[in-house]
Formats: sequence, C-alpha cells, structure tokens
Amino acid sequence: MQYEIHNGLVLIFAATIIMIASGLPACFFDRRFVWTQRLTTALMLIGSVLGWWGLVVASFGTPASSIVWDWHLPAGHFSIGLDALGAVFLIPVFTIPVLGSFYGLSYWRQSEHPENGRGLGLFYGLLAGGMALVVLSRDSVLFLIAWELMAMAAFFLAGAEDEKAEVRRAGWTYLVATHAGTICLLALFALLRQVSGGFALSTVVDGSLTTGIAATLFVLTIIGFGFKAGLMPLHVWLPGAHANAPSHVSAVMSGVMLKMGIYGILRVLTLLPVTELWNGEVVLGLGAITGILGIVFAIAQNDIKRLMAYSSIENIGIITMGIGLALIGRALHRADFVLLGLGGALLHVWNHSLFKSLIFLNSGAIMHAVHTRDMNRMGGLAKSMPVTAGLFLFGAVAICGLPPLNGFASEWLIYLGLFHSVGAGSSTVWPVGVAAVALAVIGALALACFVKIYCVVFLGTPRHPVHGQPHDPSRLMRYPMMLLAGGCVVLGILPQLGFPLLQNAVEQWMDPVAPAIPQLASAAPFQWISSMAMVFIVLVVGGFVLLRRKIVRQAPALVGTWGCGYGLATPRIQYTATSFGEMLVSLFRWVLFPRFRRPAISSVFPAKSEFSTEVPDPVLERVILPAFRQAGRNMMKLRLLQQGRIQIYLLYVLAVLVFLLGWGKLGF
Amino acid sequence: MNPLLNALLVVVLALNLFALGTSRLVTVIKIVSLQGVLLGLMPFLIEGHLGWRLLLASGGTILLKGGIIPFMMIRAMRDVQIKREMEPLIGFLPSMLLGALATGFALLFSKSLPLASAHTTPLLVPASLATIFVGFILLTTRAKAITQVMGYLVLENGIYIFGMLLMGAMPLVVELGVLLDLFVAVFVICIIINHINQAFSSLDTRRLVALKE
Repeated sequence: MQYEIHNGLVLIFAATIIMIASGLPACFFDRRFVWTQRLTTALMLIGSVLGWWGLVVASFGTPASSIVWDWHLPAGHFSIGLDALGAVFLIPVFTIPVLGSFYGLSYWRQSEHPENGRGLGLFYGLLAGGMALVVLSRDSVLFLIAWELMAMAAFFLAGAEDEKAEVRRAGWTYLVATHAGTICLLALFALLRQVSGGFALSTVVDGSLTTGIAATLFVLTIIGFGFKAGLMPLHVWLPGAHANAPSHVSAVMSGVMLKMGIYGILRVLTLLPVTELWNGEVVLGLGAITGILGIVFAIAQNDIKRLMAYSSIENIGIITMGIGLALIGRALHRADFVLLGLGGALLHVWNHSLFKSLIFLNSGAIMHAVHTRDMNRMGGLAKSMPVTAGLFLFGAVAICGLPPLNGFASEWLIYLGLFHSVGAGSSTVWPVGVAAVALAVIGALALACFVKIYCVVFLGTPRHPVHGQPHDPSRLMRYPMMLLAGGCVVLGILPQLGFPLLQNAVEQWMDPVAPAIPQLASAAPFQWISSMAMVFIVLVVGGFVLLRRKIVRQAPALVGTWGCGYGLATPRIQYTATSFGEMLVSLFRWVLFPRFRRPAISSVFPAKSEFSTEVPDPVLERVILPAFRQAGRNMMKLRLLQQGRIQIYLLYVLAVLVFLLGWGKLGF
Repeated sequence: MNPLLNALLVVVLALNLFALGTSRLVTVIKIVSLQGVLLGLMPFLIEGHLGWRLLLASGGTILLKGGIIPFMMIRAMRDVQIKREMEPLIGFLPSMLLGALATGFALLFSKSLPLASAHTTPLLVPASLATIFVGFILLTTRAKAITQVMGYLVLENGIYIFGMLLMGAMPLVVELGVLLDLFVAVFVICIIINHINQAFSSLDTRRLVALKE
C-alpha cells in the first residue's frame, strides 16, 4: 500500500502513534534522570505539530479519507478515517495535552516526583493518543479498544498520588463508573452489529428498525457515553477524579476527555435513524438538568477543583442541550435548528476545552502557591499572584458566557436556536421554551459561582497563614495559560474562524435529513459581535488603566479589603466561600442535601465551638454507595461457598460436571 | 470390537476400586502407575499396527505414567515421611462401594449417550467416565496431599481414556503437549507438597483452611 505524505490522515495517524508512545522512552531510564521528562514533552510536541499539520493538509485536500487493514482479531478491522466531525474533536486533542505537558514540566517535576513522574508521562501520552484513536476509529472493535486505552490511562493518571486514601477512593469510583459505561457500549455495538450487519462505524442503519430496537439503541448510546461525558445522574466519578488528579491531568480530562463522550454520542447518532421527537426532547431535558444541577453543586463546593469539576458538568449540560435541539431539528426536518444547535454545541466543545483547561491550570498554580484546595483557607491572592489572577479572570468571564470572550459566542448560538424553535411555533414550544429559561438560569448561576470563586480566592486578605510567600508560577506554567487565554479572546472576537469546519461537520451530521442547509455565518450577525467585542475590550482596558492610575494616585492601600474602614480587622471577618454560597445552597437544599454541623449554645458563657458544612455528592452518597454497600452485605452470604478446603472446591467441580452431564442428556 | 482392549479396560476399572480401598500410599502409587502402563498399551490395540507416531505417544505415556511420575511421588513420600492415609473423610470400604456405584452409573449413563456407532462397542466411554468419577472421589475424600495427587492422576487417566476415541484424529503434538502438561503439573505439585509440609508440619490439606481470608 502506498500513501502520500500529503495525506492528512497518515500524518494524523503518525501523530497518534507518537503521542501514545511519548512516555515510553523515559521508562527505560532511571528515575533520577530528570531530562527524560523534557524528552516526553518534546515527543508530545512533535505529535501535536504533526497532528495539526495533518488537519491543515486534510482541510485543503479530500475531506474524507480512510485506511483499512486486516488484523488477527476474530472480529472487525483496523479501520481509521477522518471527516469533519472527527476533525472538530481532534483539534482539542492536539492542543490541550501538549500545553498541559509543558505546564507539567514545572508543575510535576521529575525531580520532585521521582516515584511517579515517569508513569505520569507514560499514561499522559496514552490518554492523549487514545483519545485521538477514539476519534479516528471507524470500526466498533477498534473504537472500544481505543476507548478502554483512554479510560484506563485516565484511571492511572487520576490515581497518580495513590498513597492518599482519598485519591484511591476517587480512582475506584472512576473505574466502576467507566466500566459501567463500557458495558452499555458493548451492548450498543453488539446490537448495532445485529441491525447493520457489520462492525464498521459507517453503515447507516436504515429506517426499517422497529421502534423498540431504535429506542434501545438510542438509550444505550446516551447512557454509555453519558458516563464518560458526565451527564447528571451518571456524573458520580467526575468530581472526585478531577479534584484528585494533578492539575494538568484534570485540565486534559475535563477539557478533552469528557468531550469524547459527546463525540461518541454524535458519532453513533450519525448511524441511527432519529425520527422520533422524544429523542431530542429527552436529550434537551437531560442537558438542562445537567447544566442547572451541575452549576448549583459547583456553587456549594469549597474545594476549588471540585468546584471546577462540577462546572465542567454544567458545560457538558449546555453542549447536550445544543445536541438535543439538533435532534429535534432532525426529527422535524428543520435544518436551521440543527445548524444552530449542533453548531453551538460543537463551538462550545472548543470553547470549553480552552477556558476549562485554563482555569484548571490556574488552580494548579494556586495550589502550588498555597498548598491547599480548600478555598476557605485562601484569599487575597490577587496581590501576590497578579498574573494568575488576571488569567483566571479571562477564564471566568469566558466560562460565564459573557462577551467579549468565547463562551458567549457558542451559548448565543444555542440561544438563537432555541428562540428560532419557539418562534417557529412548532409542536415543541413547551420543552424548548423551558430549555431557553434553563439556559438563562445556568448563565446566571455560573456568574454567581465564578464571582464567588474569584472573590474568595483572589480578593480580600489571606485567611490563613501560608507556608512561604505565594507568588506567580514560573514561565513554563504561565505561557500555556496565556496561550489558552489568547485562544479564548481570539475565538471570542472572531468565532467565524471555525465556521467552515463546523459547517462541514453539521452538514455531515444531518445527512439523513438533507434539506438545504443555511450558512452558519449568515445565521447570526457575527461581524457585529466582532466589532462590538473590540469596542468592549477597548473600553474595559481603557477604563481599567484610567481607574488604576487614579487609585494609585489617591489612596495608599494600607487597610485590608472588607475592613469597612476599620484598620484592625482580622481576616476572619471576611465572607468565606461557604457564606458566599449560603443563600443559593439553602435555595437548592432540596437537591443538595447540605450537611451542617452547628454549635449548640447551652450556657450563658458558651465555650469555644466549631461550625462546619459540607456538600457531598448526593447521587454518590445517597444512592450509589448505599446500593453498593447493600450489595456487598448480600454478597457476603456467598462467602459460605469459600470454605478454604480443597476437597470441597473439588466437590463443586464434580457437582458442575454431573450437572452438565445431566443437562446435556436432557437436552438431547 | 476388540476383546483384548475390553479386558484391559476391565482391569483398569478393577484397579480403580483397588486404589479406593487401600490405605497404603505406596500401593496407591503402584496401582496408578500400573494403570498408566495399561493406558499406554491401549493405542496399539486400537490402531492394530506399529508406527513411529504411535510408538512415540505410547512410549511417552508409559515412561511418564509408569516410570517418572511414580518415582517422583515415591521420593516425595520418602522426603515427607508418610506411609499411610490415616483419616479419610469417607472410610475405605464405603468409598470403594461409592466407586462401584459410580462405575455402574457410568455404564448406564454412557448407553444413553448419542455416540457415533464406531465408539459404542468397547467399554471406552463408560470406563473413562468411571475413572473420572473415581478420581474425583479420591480427590474429595482424602486428606493427605499425596493421595490427592494420585486422585488427580486417576482423573487424568480417565480423560486419557476418553482421548482414545480421537486417537486417529488428534495430532501427535497435542498428545505430547498433554503429557508435558501432566509432567509439569506433577512436578509443581511435588514442590508444593514439600512446602506444605514445611509450613504446616503436616500434609493434611484440611489445615489449609488457615489460609482462608
């Protein structure tokens, strides 16, 4: 077989292989050789550059290409391909991990983590390459192999600090959740093979399915991939795993890996005949619930990384709402719904991977400075870490969907789609109207959430003495964050840059419907967005500079913030993270189940006492863990079989043998 | 079909019962090795001619089952200084009766099996089933590790008899592979016996309960 070097797919496949193997050379060297980490990063860089090169080549050449090889497995083929939908998801894969790898050079130095530095590099490359392979594979057997490669690599990454009990616990939760999802995927692909006659992920199932089978396929898709994406009742693994992983790993997991769940849903939906309206309504409703509850849980958190993990769930909810709208459009043969819903969802995939990675890397810088994830122990960091604080502001504004940054553009597309749908007066006014309100609620709550985090972490005065003076991180950690913030600005001002690719992806996705599809660029007045964003930025920057001059000239800041003019206030009178969220937490008490431990005042002169709150994940703590504990107790009865005597075990074998003989005889 | 073959199989069945009824370990080892030699002769009776393939397979069987394994077992027995199976879970006479019962069951059962007509005449299938059952009885009712190894060998002999049905169809490599497996298994077991003896000062496998979680 011959391939031209100008074939984008070949370049991307080579990039995938290099990324998968990037951590391997370091494993052959002693843990004291700290330069191996630079080797790993260099390989990641080579892989990413090759991947981007391939994407650029492919975008100028033939859009869809594929490679098929036979292999020795009993089922399937080694079959990979590239199309517009895949390219949309490959862009974050070739962008975020390499930035995180550079960040890791300073954040997770081999010299400071000799025991797990090499392993982290190995699994980091496996995760990145595995995700690229997931997107490339066009065969369900290969897809599952790549999927497990990705999932297992993430397990070992999340458990990097496995000497801590909390990390191990989070790792086990992740392992159970990811395998629960994989079981659904196995069932899904087995059923798909039944109805389509092959393992290839390109045969579109024709519309002759019975409604029962079509519904089963659809539900299996949503549940199986929903576990990875973190749709709401299936999100249980997400907060723990993200909070306990090293920060650059959290950035990749949240920024890219969750999107693989979204990719899976979209890819399988291209194969299924979606004609029923309820499919889209269910996805829309799931997205709305995921979004609202995700951000509500985020507000209730005091652990900065758990908060960000819940915020990722919220963003997955927004993306899912876009997909739901697109599904409704497909069922109603409305190309404009599909265009706006899916276009917004895919743009939000990019945007979220940019700003969520940015703030996860940011949280790593904060943790390096203050050595804790508890926001109640932080405060006043804007004075000691101005660069980090400024970069966090970029991420926070973008994630709240505020103009002029990128979160606005994608959420606006979804809004437009929802308004179109309501205005069209179709049969879906009711659910779509509610979804539009839900999206607005999500936006408002996200704003509250990030105001809380910014105020508590960066403003005010330090709440607790910190070991050493907090300071901005090194350049290796700063530059990746700056690049990500730059990406947020560019996509915020010029979202049109991505439109050609998004347009192709949307057209490819809605192929089965195929009415004439309008142009994404003409669907919304984006030149206005660009120019208004520029004006806005000029105003904000100008106002900031002016204000700063004035303040610097006038008032020397001797007194701490929140001092109310009183110079001797202690930091303890500041609002804490808990008190910031208290109102919203009590509003959503019926779903959050917060635990308060209040002091009881019993005498005239009460002694020193303590107050504490925590908001554990209610799905995990109230449903899943009790169910597992009950199952564990019931399974204990099976321990009766374990007698520890070899004779009895052999008797079991004999019993089974006799049973099989008898059964076979009856069967004849 | 072949009176000599049937006669050999009857002897094998009788040896089974003999193995169940004796408490002396040396006797059990000798019985099982004799059984192995008889099994090694059977391929000639079935095929009715000599060939290098047949010679290799039969020779290997006889050498291993009649020579090497008994030698290893007797040495293991001498090392751990045990001569008798003292306290079986089921007594010697009852287990012999149980073996006879199992043999009868096997005879009855194999009559109703849907076998190809070429296989129905000789006693091969019932003898195989009966030997497997006897192996299981030895394995489940005896306490000493060495007797259990003998049970395992009897069980393997039963499977070997069943393999005779496929004599012509099975490649030589497979047969040699099976023999090699057996050899390795017994070799490992001999080592384990020594270890059990050192760790528990006894070969009573019932003491392994202490390893239970």
